[in-house]
Amino acid sequence: MAVWLTENSKVVVQGLTGKQGQFYGLRNKAYGTKVVAGVNPKKAGTDVEGIPIFATVADAVKATGADVSFIIVPAAIAADAILEAAEGGVGLIVCVTEHIPAHDQARVYNTLKHQYPNTRLLGPNCAGILSPGRANVGFTPTEVSKGGGPVGIVSRSGTLAYQALYELTAEGIGQTTCIGIGGDPVPGTSFIDALKAFQEDDETQAIVLIGEIGGSAEEEAAEYIKANITKPVVAYIGGVSAPPGKKMGHAGAIVSRGKGTAQAKMKALTEAGAKVANNPTEIGGLVLQALKEIGLR
Amino acid sequence: MDLLEYQGKQYFAKFGIPVSAGEVTDNVDDAVAIAEKVGYPVVVKAQVLTGGRGKAGGVKLANNADEVRFHATNILKLTINGHVVRKIWIERASDIAEEYYASFTLDRSKKLHLGMLSAQGGVEIESVPDEDIAKIWIDPVVGLTADAARQWVLDAKLNPKATDGAVDILLKLYDCYINGDATLAEINPLILTPDGKVHALDAKVSLDDAAAHRHPEWENFTGLEPIDERERMAKEKDLQYVGLDGTVGIIANGAGLAMSTVDIVSQVGGKAANFLDIGGGASADHMANALTVINHDENVKAVFINIFGGITRCDEVARGIIQAMERVQLRAPLIVRLDGTNAEEGRKIIEEHASDRLIMKPNMLVAAQTAVEIAKGK
Repeated sequence: MAVWLTENSKVVVQGLTGKQGQFYGLRNKAYGTKVVAGVNPKKAGTDVEGIPIFATVADAVKATGADVSFIIVPAAIAADAILEAAEGGVGLIVCVTEHIPAHDQARVYNTLKHQYPNTRLLGPNCAGILSPGRANVGFTPTEVSKGGGPVGIVSRSGTLAYQALYELTAEGIGQTTCIGIGGDPVPGTSFIDALKAFQEDDETQAIVLIGEIGGSAEEEAAEYIKANITKPVVAYIGGVSAPPGKKMGHAGAIVSRGKGTAQAKMKALTEAGAKVANNPTEIGGLVLQALKEIGLR
Repeated sequence: MDLLEYQGKQYFAKFGIPVSAGEVTDNVDDAVAIAEKVGYPVVVKAQVLTGGRGKAGGVKLANNADEVRFHATNILKLTINGHVVRKIWIERASDIAEEYYASFTLDRSKKLHLGMLSAQGGVEIESVPDEDIAKIWIDPVVGLTADAARQWVLDAKLNPKATDGAVDILLKLYDCYINGDATLAEINPLILTPDGKVHALDAKVSLDDAAAHRHPEWENFTGLEPIDERERMAKEKDLQYVGLDGTVGIIANGAGLAMSTVDIVSQVGGKAANFLDIGGGASADHMANALTVINHDENVKAVFINIFGGITRCDEVARGIIQAMERVQLRAPLIVRLDGTNAEEGRKIIEEHASDRLIMKPNMLVAAQTAVEIAKGK
C-alpha cells in the first residue's frame, strides 16, 4: 500500500485557475491522479480543461467526493485556504505555498488540532506527496521515481527528496510514497507522523528521512525511531556548514542561538540506529545495503 | 529582519510598552543636543545588530555635555564583532532597582508560543539556569489571558512591587509579538525602578519577513543596516542568496540542494562563497542573473553549478548555462553537475562546449573536488 495518497484519492485543487495551479494540477492529472475539481469563488461553474470549478471546497467535496486538497495559492490567502479545506471536509491537505507568516502557520496548526483532528496537513512550503505509479499531488517529478516499493521517503526539502528518488531508482529500488513535509517553521505533519505511517505500511520495508538545520524535528524523530521503528532508516541532513543566524533558503532552516545544528541532528539519528549519509548521493548505496541486510536484495 | 535597539523601542512604543525617552543620531553634535533635551544623566548606546555591546565599550553613561561628546566620538569609531557603528541612541539613564528578562518566541517543537520570564535579567538568557526561568506555552488560538500572565509573573518570583507593571508589559509585549508579526520580542533587561515602575531598557525584535505584505510601516526599518552588497543584488534579481566568505561560488536549484552543495564543498576541503538557490526554473535568464551576482564577488575563484533536473529538464538547464555564459563575462571557470530528468542530453550539450572555463563532472562529489582544486589554484 501507499501512504496517505493512493490511486483512489480524489483531488480538488485550490488555485487550479492560476498559472502555477493549472500547470501542476494538469501535470498531476496527466500522471493518472484523479484531479476532480478546482476552487475559485469568482469562476464557479467554469472549468479548466474539463475539470469543474466550484466556489468553495465544501461545494467541490459535495459534488465530486474529493478527499484531498492541493493548495497552490498566494501566501497572503493560503492560511485561510487551509482552513477552508479543513472545513470543507477533505482528509488530506497538501499546501505547497511558501512564505506564509509564521504566526498564521501556528494559528492554523492549532486550529486544525482543536477543530479538525482527523485532517492531515502536509506543508506549508512542501513539495507535495507522490505515490509512484498511483498518484501525485504537488511538484515532485515523477520521471525519477519507480513504483512498487519497498522504500518510503520523508523530507523537508523538495530537491533533496527528488535526489533520493533518483538515487533509489538508479539502484533499481522502487518507492511506496515520497512525502514532503516542507521547510517552514510550523509544518502540519512531522517526521514522526510519516515514520509511524511507514512503519504500519506493509509494503514499505525501509525509510529514507531527509532533514535540514533548524528546529528539533530530527532529534524528536530520532527518539521515535529508537523506540518504535523496526524498519531500517537511512538519513541525510543538509546544512552542516551553514553559518549560524542565517536563513538558508527555507524559512525554517536556521541555526539560532546554537540550536538546530546539523551535527546534533546527525548524532541523534546515528545513535538511534539510522545510517546517516554524508551527502545526498550516498542515499542510494546505503538503502541498498540496508535492504541486503534484511534479505530483500 | 532584525531590528536595531532604537527601532525595537520605537516598535515597542507603538504597542504601549514603556521605554526610556531618547533619540537616535549618527553624529556627535546631535548627540549632545539630544542629551540636553532628555536631561542628564544619559546613556550613549551603539546601534549594531550584535550582542556584547557593553563589553566592547559601546554603552556609556554620561553626566554632562563633555562626557556625551567624548563617548559619542569614541563609540562612533567602534566596530563591534565586525559591525561598524553608524548610529548611536541617546536616552535618559534609568535608576535600576532590579533587572529581569522577558521574551516571546515560537516553540517549533510544541508548535505553541513560548514566553520566558526570569528574575535574573541583564545577562545572556543562555547563562541563566533553566529552573530560574518561568516558562509559559501559549496556544495561539487562545492567546495570553490576563490571569495567565499574572500567574506566570508570580511563578517567576519577581519583586512583588513589580507584579502589576510586569503583567501589563507582558500583555503588551505579547500583543507586539503577535500583531506586530515578530518572531522574537525580547526585553533584556526589563527593569524595576526604585519608585516601583517597570519598563523596557533594551529591545530585541526580529520581524517575520513573510508578513511584510501586511506591515507597510516596516519600510522605515529597511536599508539602515548596510547589508552585503552581493545580497542586495541577489534580492533585486529575486534570488535566494546568502553571502559566505569562501572562494567557491555556488548555484543550485532548491534550498535543500543548495545547502547540501555548500556542505559538500566544505567536506572536500574548500569553502563556499555563497548559498544560492536558483529555484525550479533555472532558465537562461535565471542562470544569467545568478552568474551576474556571483561574478560580482571578487573572492570567487570557481563556480560550482549543481542542478537536479526534475520538471525542468537538464537539457534545458544546459542550454541556459551556455546562453548565460555568452551574456556574462565570467571571472571564474564553471564546474557543472547535472542529474535527474534528461541528464544525459544535458551533459552532452555541456560537453560539446567544454573548455577549461566550462567543466562537466559526473557527480556531486567529483564536481565539488574539482571546484575546490581550481579555487585553490591547483
